[in-house]
Amino acid sequence: MGSIATSGHAVDLAKLEPVFDKYKDMANGSLIPVLQGAQDAYGFLPIAALQAIAKRLNVPISQIYGVVTFYAQFRLVPRGKHVIRSCQGTACHVRNSARILESLKTVLGVAPGDTTEDLKFTLETVACIGCCSLAPVMMIDTDAHGRLRPDRVPKILDSYSN
Amino acid sequence: MTKTVSITIDNQTVTVPAGVTVWGAARKLGIHIPTLCHHFDVKPYSGCRVCVVEVQGGRALTAACSHPVTDGLVVFTNSPKVREARRLVVELLLANHPHDCLTCDRNQTCELQKLALDLGVKEIRFEKSKPTWEIDDTSPSLVRDPNKCILCGRCVRFCADKQTCAVYTFANRGFSSIVTPAFGKGLGEVHCTLCGQCSSICPVGAITVKDDTAAVIAAIDDPEKIVIVQTAPSVRVALGEMFGDAPGSVVTGKMVAGLKRLGFDRVLDTNFTADVTIMEEATEFTHRLNAGKDIPMITSCSPGWINFMEMFYPDLIHHHSTCKSPQQIFGALVKTYYAQKENLDPSKIVSVSIMPCTAKKYECTRPEMNASGYQDVDYVLTTRELGRLLKSYGVSFNDLAPLPYDPVMGVGTGAGTIFGNTGGVMEAALRTAYEVVTKKTLPAIEFTAIRGMGGLREAEIDLDGSKIKVAIAHGLGNARMVMESIKAGNPRGWHFIEVMACPGGCISGGGQPIATDINYRAKRIAGLYDDDRHLSLRKSHENPEVQQLYTEFLKEPCGHLSHKLLHTTIHNAHADLL
Repeated sequence: MGSIATSGHAVDLAKLEPVFDKYKDMANGSLIPVLQGAQDAYGFLPIAALQAIAKRLNVPISQIYGVVTFYAQFRLVPRGKHVIRSCQGTACHVRNSARILESLKTVLGVAPGDTTEDLKFTLETVACIGCCSLAPVMMIDTDAHGRLRPDRVPKILDSYSN
Repeated sequence: MTKTVSITIDNQTVTVPAGVTVWGAARKLGIHIPTLCHHFDVKPYSGCRVCVVEVQGGRALTAACSHPVTDGLVVFTNSPKVREARRLVVELLLANHPHDCLTCDRNQTCELQKLALDLGVKEIRFEKSKPTWEIDDTSPSLVRDPNKCILCGRCVRFCADKQTCAVYTFANRGFSSIVTPAFGKGLGEVHCTLCGQCSSICPVGAITVKDDTAAVIAAIDDPEKIVIVQTAPSVRVALGEMFGDAPGSVVTGKMVAGLKRLGFDRVLDTNFTADVTIMEEATEFTHRLNAGKDIPMITSCSPGWINFMEMFYPDLIHHHSTCKSPQQIFGALVKTYYAQKENLDPSKIVSVSIMPCTAKKYECTRPEMNASGYQDVDYVLTTRELGRLLKSYGVSFNDLAPLPYDPVMGVGTGAGTIFGNTGGVMEAALRTAYEVVTKKTLPAIEFTAIRGMGGLREAEIDLDGSKIKVAIAHGLGNARMVMESIKAGNPRGWHFIEVMACPGGCISGGGQPIATDINYRAKRIAGLYDDDRHLSLRKSHENPEVQQLYTEFLKEPCGHLSHKLLHTTIHNAHADLL
């Protein structure tokens, strides 16, 4: 897991109100839906939001942390504006996807699972995205980029720079 | 009438109340089913699978700790299948457990070690698959080594259910699972009251108490230093357990002799300052009662409780007695009054306390605890640390001839002794308050109405016409109920409340010997009441050394010098914690 964003920028807790409101009639068991709603609102789960949830739902913060780290769907670190999924499937592997990933790591300066400091890109690896004919391939958000060469990576990333 | 059911365990039939578990029913038959995650202080969890048994007609082995009995149930606790499964579970646990038993804090008190021995695990066929974790030593009192953790969750349950602090959680999943405070923070970075109950209930060496013995040994070995030690009330009814005595055996004299053998220059009694605490607190209470201000007043001897109050109820801090704890009163007096009387240079005094408590290690380092001009108490050793120190010095504890405490601050009354158990501080205060307020002799010295193990007990005491409503809470869950009631406007009309952070009081503090007896709390408490009963002085204000302290030095309870040395301000020192 990457480092946990402690404060950085202020968290707008007002974004939680509609989430609380939606599940206010659930006597128990609203924690997971509330966490999902919070993640939708912030893109990840900031500590300040989790503390507010702990207080409102009267659930210990430690327990919330347990839930958040148990389920792969929850993120404690912000994701970038664009998510890059570098394919490491068999077809991509034999077409040297390792070099593509190396290039991504060098250009972005982050390891898989991490996000660039300017919060533009999150780098992830994926086992197969089902475009083996385009190998080696990566996806940025919903766009597939195939028949990659390491030297093309910077230019592709540039086209997402805003 | 309670419904009963009849079940057969290992071909023996037993009738038990419905609702008990197979584990509990087996105990009645004298059948010991081994457990790791299960503990009598917490709810069943069925996590470790060590207690599995075979239920006739059942699909698979089942956890005895949580399986409820049903009429006609037939159980085998020791079939070949059960034995094999148990051994396998332990073998798998050992595969991921460091094999440094010889140097582990819990060597010989480790339940995993004992289990491996009992079950005859001779080889470990598996390789370690868990990640290596950093040791957490951010807490002033406790050390967490997640590498030794077997994920039994006893600490998680005790902290959440009994203490209502929920410091720990299970985080992550699979091999990455870990018991940790939220966000992987250190114990010193979260709202941990330092009660240390987790270190007592941990079956292995994953949560241990910070060891300060080396610093104390260095002080003793320094010829320049005068090392003065105080011993808390409840140490005397528990230390013997580390040398084979039954829980509750009173070993005061041997303990004093043992401390002299270790080379302490003076051995004095925290019971003396417990008596001083009563003089101050009883006076403070009558002042508050007369002024109608800050009632109810709550006792302040338990530093785990102080931390809890500061962390969770900072708005109600003014209800606290401003009195320091007996440990800190001792520290403030030993480097002033005692130093003057004994003609000692306070800068050369090293003040050590032997405590049942892990939070005391933090309390003595609080910046305001230097009323003498020095750190009032330099080092705190727990009962466990003292026991180990005695063993390492080759002191044959059981053969020691008892010795008395040294004079000046060495006399304690029965009222001081019972400070170590739930209800004791209240009873001690009432013994003095009654006689001071009414100027009459107590008709019956033992306030049996406030004794017992109920988590939250109430009584109405007649102070010669004026009725005082008292409450006693032990364990932080009960303390929370008290605080919620005060927050709601004190509908019960309490005037005086005693709170101790640990269930049962100091006798089961986080630094006490690891308990092996299910009734250890009751037995240690009985030991303290027994000690009280056999003392000729049983009221704090009758302590001649306390009277001397007031005549020669302090002049009067809650006077100018008392306020300077013996009282403090309680404030939220934990605001930056998560």
